[in-house]
Amino acid sequence: MAKYITRRVFYMFITFFLIATATFFLMKALPGSPISSASKLSPTQLAVVEAKYGLDQPIPVQYAKYMLNLAQGDLGNSFQFKNASVTDLIIDRLGPSMLLGTQGLVLGVAIGILLGMIAALRQNTIWDYGSTFVAIIGISIPSFVFATFLQYWLAVEWKIFPVGLWKDGWVSSVLPSIALAMGPLATASRFIRTEMIEVLSSDYITLAKSKGATGFEVAFKHAFRNALIPLVTVLGPLAAGLLTGSLVIEQIFAIPGIGEQFVKSIMSNDFSIIMGTTLFFSAFLIVVIFLVDVLYGIIDPRIRLSGGKD
Amino acid sequence: MEKILEVNDLELSFHTFAGEVKAIRGVNFDLKKGETLAIVGESGSGKSVTTKAIMRLLPESSSEFKNGQILFNGKDLTKLSDKEMQKIRGKDISMIFQDPMTSLNPTMTIGNQIMEPILKHQKVSKTEARKVAVDLLRLVGMPKPEARIKQYPHQFSGGQRQRIVIAIALACNPQILIADEPTTALDVTIQAQILELMKDLQKKIDTSIIFITHDLGVVANVADRVAVMYGGKIVEIGTVDEIFYNPQHPYTWGLLSSMPSLDTAEAKLYAIPGTPPDLLYPPKGDAFALRSDYALKIDLEEAPPFFKVSDTHSAATWLLHPDAPEVEPPLAIVERMKKFPGSRYYEGTEGGTY
Repeated sequence: MAKYITRRVFYMFITFFLIATATFFLMKALPGSPISSASKLSPTQLAVVEAKYGLDQPIPVQYAKYMLNLAQGDLGNSFQFKNASVTDLIIDRLGPSMLLGTQGLVLGVAIGILLGMIAALRQNTIWDYGSTFVAIIGISIPSFVFATFLQYWLAVEWKIFPVGLWKDGWVSSVLPSIALAMGPLATASRFIRTEMIEVLSSDYITLAKSKGATGFEVAFKHAFRNALIPLVTVLGPLAAGLLTGSLVIEQIFAIPGIGEQFVKSIMSNDFSIIMGTTLFFSAFLIVVIFLVDVLYGIIDPRIRLSGGKD
Repeated sequence: MEKILEVNDLELSFHTFAGEVKAIRGVNFDLKKGETLAIVGESGSGKSVTTKAIMRLLPESSSEFKNGQILFNGKDLTKLSDKEMQKIRGKDISMIFQDPMTSLNPTMTIGNQIMEPILKHQKVSKTEARKVAVDLLRLVGMPKPEARIKQYPHQFSGGQRQRIVIAIALACNPQILIADEPTTALDVTIQAQILELMKDLQKKIDTSIIFITHDLGVVANVADRVAVMYGGKIVEIGTVDEIFYNPQHPYTWGLLSSMPSLDTAEAKLYAIPGTPPDLLYPPKGDAFALRSDYALKIDLEEAPPFFKVSDTHSAATWLLHPDAPEVEPPLAIVERMKKFPGSRYYEGTEGGTY
């Protein structure tokens, strides 16, 4: 196990390095620079500013500098936010995004599992069709459309929750979290339904029944854990979906999260923030995927985590 | 001997998209305390369905009891609620399945799987249940049971897994053990071990066994009595010797003739021609008539009743009717009958050994 983890961590660093490199060069390939929009500056002034930030150097040199700083944990300073450090900017914005993402994921997966279980246990009844309907809605309606509906009915018409902004504490997070939860909810319910139906028809379930287990015990003690594997597989991509999904949701609800800052930075060519945020998202995803792999081994003892051949 | 289970006129159908499949069409048998009854027959003859019906393990949504009773200690199992049935399953009647590779839960330690029925049906603590589980594993011949109880099914071989399945089935000392082809998925050397184990355990805990198989060699080894099933019905039932050495139904003749033996000189193994009947549209008369060389005209029109051959032996074939013409069974069968006192071809002296 320890060997496996060491190995995985090594690969995680390589992945991270490749992503950083690719993002850096892709960004440099775009036209414009953080200061090119400041048209009030004269060419001489521009040259001075470029020299100050090292933007006049050849791109490989800039790359080497950036990577050296990155290795020391320094993500550089922002161009648009008065030279604030990118690390501080991201940490400042992290709270709301993490709260929304986590709430959305937990809510969506929990309700999704519940719906999927009900659908599988009451196959071809009104329960099953109802759950399918919810899943289809969740998959086919984009989260931003759903968000606007929530805003209109729950905030504007019924005034239960704030329309947007991050001023009223936790209550502000409810609507965006629900909007984010719809995707994972739909995915989880479909995966659990299909897998539960398959598992419930397997031999070991018949054996469990022949021991005198009740329907509840059969479903939750025997079937559920075996039906989880496919869902766990898509949890990684689901988490990714939530992160990218939150870009749009944070815009709609005017929430000061990472996503909202990310979009702004792209518009103003703020290199260091784009790099910083991308790298942060990547690191997050890489860790989530690693955790998913570890989770496999916990759920299913047949999936051994080993170091492989020496 | 005391009857522990009685199946009377059992009829059961499956509702499918194609229509009603009459999988069991009037099955009668009983099981006595401590005996082993083998149910033999080809795939689709209804042997598995009959036992799953006794356990009530068939999907409720698509299967339906049309008629008949399953009396267990005087209680009709077909009439019990799910709750009442759950108290019987695993405690009074338990089951061993065909494929040990798929019949254990892959994500649960085998200890927990063996302990489950004990904790469910007996008022014992977890520690005591674990002790019972270790004893059971030792009983079924698992080395180092204390250590292995913490392992998962994938860490065991096929034969070992079947031993575990047997341990689960025996956990509450059931009165009836249903073994649904328990050795079919195992290789031959392991088969013999598992059969020996089952015979041993039966003596130890004095349980009755219903043994489903299509392997007649296994039947000869384990059974006291044999029921031959065909097309959703029992066509012949009797003691092992009666079925093996004095068979009456043409289907039993076919089954026995298609069993390879060391003393038949023929180079070619006999195969019953044709295919089993479609139980969506079951035939009117004897279901085997169309595949039988010995079918009479009446076989196509009316299903034969049971004719008694002896107190323990009866067969559903018109050939036993007093008006039926005398037919000569296949040569291999005649050879068998020569060894059986009471058969019409018996050659030895009365009371001789066979």
